[in-house]
Amino acid sequence: MELSGAEIVIQALKDEGVEYVWGYPGGAVLHIYDALFNQDSVRHILVRHEQAATHAADGYARATGKVGVVLVTSGPGATNAVTGIATAYMDSIPMVILTGQVPTPVIGSDAFQEVDTVGITRPCVKHNFLVKRVEDLADTIKKAFFIASSGRPGPVVVDIPKDVTDPKIRIPYHYPDKIEMRSYNPVEKGHLGQIRKAVDMMLDAERPVIYTGGGVVLGEASEQLTELVRMTGFPVTQTLMGLGSFPASDPLFIGMLGMHGTYEANMAMHETDVLIAIGARFDDRVTGKIAHFCPNARIVHIDVDPASISKTVRVDVPIVGQVRSVLNDMLRVLRDHPRKPDAAKLGTWWERINGWRRMDCLSYEQGSGAIKPQYAVETLHKVTRDSDFYLTSDVGQHQMFAAQFYPFEKPRRWINSGGLGTMGFGLPAAMGVQQAFPEAHVACVTGEASIQMCIQELATCKQYNLPLKIVLLNNGYMGMVRQWQEFFYDGRYSHSYVDALPNFKMLAESFGHVGMRIENPADLEGAYREAFAMRDRLVFMDIIVDPSENVYPMIEAGKGHHEMHLSPHLSSDRELA
Amino acid sequence: MRHIISVLMENEAGALSRVAGLFSARGYNIESLTVAPTEDATLSRMTLVTTGDEAIIEQITKQLNKLVDVVKLVDLSEGAHIERELMMIKVRADQAMRDELKRLADIFRGSIIDVTDASYTIEMTGDGSKLDAFIRVLDPELIIETVRSGPLGIARGGKRLTL
Repeated sequence: MELSGAEIVIQALKDEGVEYVWGYPGGAVLHIYDALFNQDSVRHILVRHEQAATHAADGYARATGKVGVVLVTSGPGATNAVTGIATAYMDSIPMVILTGQVPTPVIGSDAFQEVDTVGITRPCVKHNFLVKRVEDLADTIKKAFFIASSGRPGPVVVDIPKDVTDPKIRIPYHYPDKIEMRSYNPVEKGHLGQIRKAVDMMLDAERPVIYTGGGVVLGEASEQLTELVRMTGFPVTQTLMGLGSFPASDPLFIGMLGMHGTYEANMAMHETDVLIAIGARFDDRVTGKIAHFCPNARIVHIDVDPASISKTVRVDVPIVGQVRSVLNDMLRVLRDHPRKPDAAKLGTWWERINGWRRMDCLSYEQGSGAIKPQYAVETLHKVTRDSDFYLTSDVGQHQMFAAQFYPFEKPRRWINSGGLGTMGFGLPAAMGVQQAFPEAHVACVTGEASIQMCIQELATCKQYNLPLKIVLLNNGYMGMVRQWQEFFYDGRYSHSYVDALPNFKMLAESFGHVGMRIENPADLEGAYREAFAMRDRLVFMDIIVDPSENVYPMIEAGKGHHEMHLSPHLSSDRELA
Repeated sequence: MRHIISVLMENEAGALSRVAGLFSARGYNIESLTVAPTEDATLSRMTLVTTGDEAIIEQITKQLNKLVDVVKLVDLSEGAHIERELMMIKVRADQAMRDELKRLADIFRGSIIDVTDASYTIEMTGDGSKLDAFIRVLDPELIIETVRSGPLGIARGGKRLTL
């Protein structure tokens, strides 16, 4: 079979089993778009901005576990995609981004729509390639998919100059089944000796805590984690990225930890004597001040990326391997072990944790006044809990309220930008999820600031009939910025008020969608039910919420887990030593 | 502490910039860096000198290993090793100074590789401190130009860094 470079790109995507490509055409990729035209096995979704293409592919990847694919042109097409590439990189999301490039003879001459894409993306990709010869195209695409999806996943950019896709130059096509790279050999199995050591440490523990992150979701190890937690009876806390990989309704789950984690999770971290970190990377939003982090604990760390281990926090028992494989081995060692966790000591530990739990740190008062954002999320849960439901989020207060108040029971159901914190992520990510699961309910919880960063995608939703539900918690502020200004800048709300807001109901309607504006708490549940009953329509719910509400508990940047601010109604903002 | 790290990497366009970019992005020190292809044309060998405490050096080696183009690396400072650096130094050499400069070069096992009426260019190899010492014995007024390669390193004995 002789194919042109452009046809090789499309054929390679087919051979890779790619269903969807999110993209935007332009000069440097016109040959590829022409090859897309006469086939229907790879479906192209035309977005309205390249940033949205990357977030949509990212949302698809997070929800399905497959590689998300993006196709954009050179220059501004590539630079617009950078935010989405960096978002995926920070959260280790498998993606392949195909970028057009100016023809090889003019590379370096500041040609029209030329940028050094490989140079610009280098710090925010797992790897990238510039393909200079059509003969290298198929192998390079294979490598890109292999690298993106193996080991610690991440985005891979393949930059393709226009002459490499020339329809007149045709070469024999062969797509390799497998590719070997001497310089890239991700680890699979963990060291059994280390796993045994970790198990011994766990069995000796008096106040153990299991702390898990996005690696459990990405590594498909939710089942193993659930078994481990239930077998040991240890409390489990999760990062923002880890939510859903252990059922939130299980009493062994003590909530999210970190800056906006629960009182019980953070206090347990502060007092634990054996911390078992699984697929988590000790992010600063999780650890707080390193010097105060788990001051009494010996630490086990399971991670596929050796560079994650002892990067910020020194650990005692590192285990490098795929989380799923390591946990399977760990479960086997535990099952065969003559000893069991000390029930009496664990009982005492749980009493202490349950004491913290009784603080009810997430409590709030709805009342009959303005809708509280917490109530908006809780009601969303009430309405959607029994359905096949995915929730994406933008970044800010609404994201934290969603993480705190929507109990996720399954992995891959909570989709948000954790590491990079990219406003504008939620709507396009939801498009990717809905594309993957047309029958599921997909909602995006957002704020009036975040949603405006990719609002143009409402047109994409119309074009492809994506019946998303947009849950806009509208408080008229960049809420998290406002909260920090209230706490740390004496209430000088410098440029955090989002003035001149559009009428979102009319805005949604102008794109051909259904718009709603909800101001009264009594109307909320009915409005949700009405919205979710519209299976074939995108419904944009502009929910006016209390602008003064803050996210609690809160650990200030640079403080320890025991130094939480609690909601004012719970205490006089006491700092707990 | 000073560490000298040898890296075998794919001889591909952009591989060097990945290493340089890693050091600048993560704020690691880089004292010197030299790179050239090996006897296997598909591989380059890089020698880099960096400083940092144990935790930083551990991160540097892990982050380097994580680069897809890096095939293998070794921290030579962990064992016995030899370091050599090449220097070419151009000095003013008028009639009055010529003999003295030649003697100094001989003492340091350097050789004069280019001569004009008014200058010598001296080639010298050694570890960094030897080259520093040679520069120190010269009157700074005499030095026209200096170029140094940065150190290369290799493990002592039978140990080797190969695939």
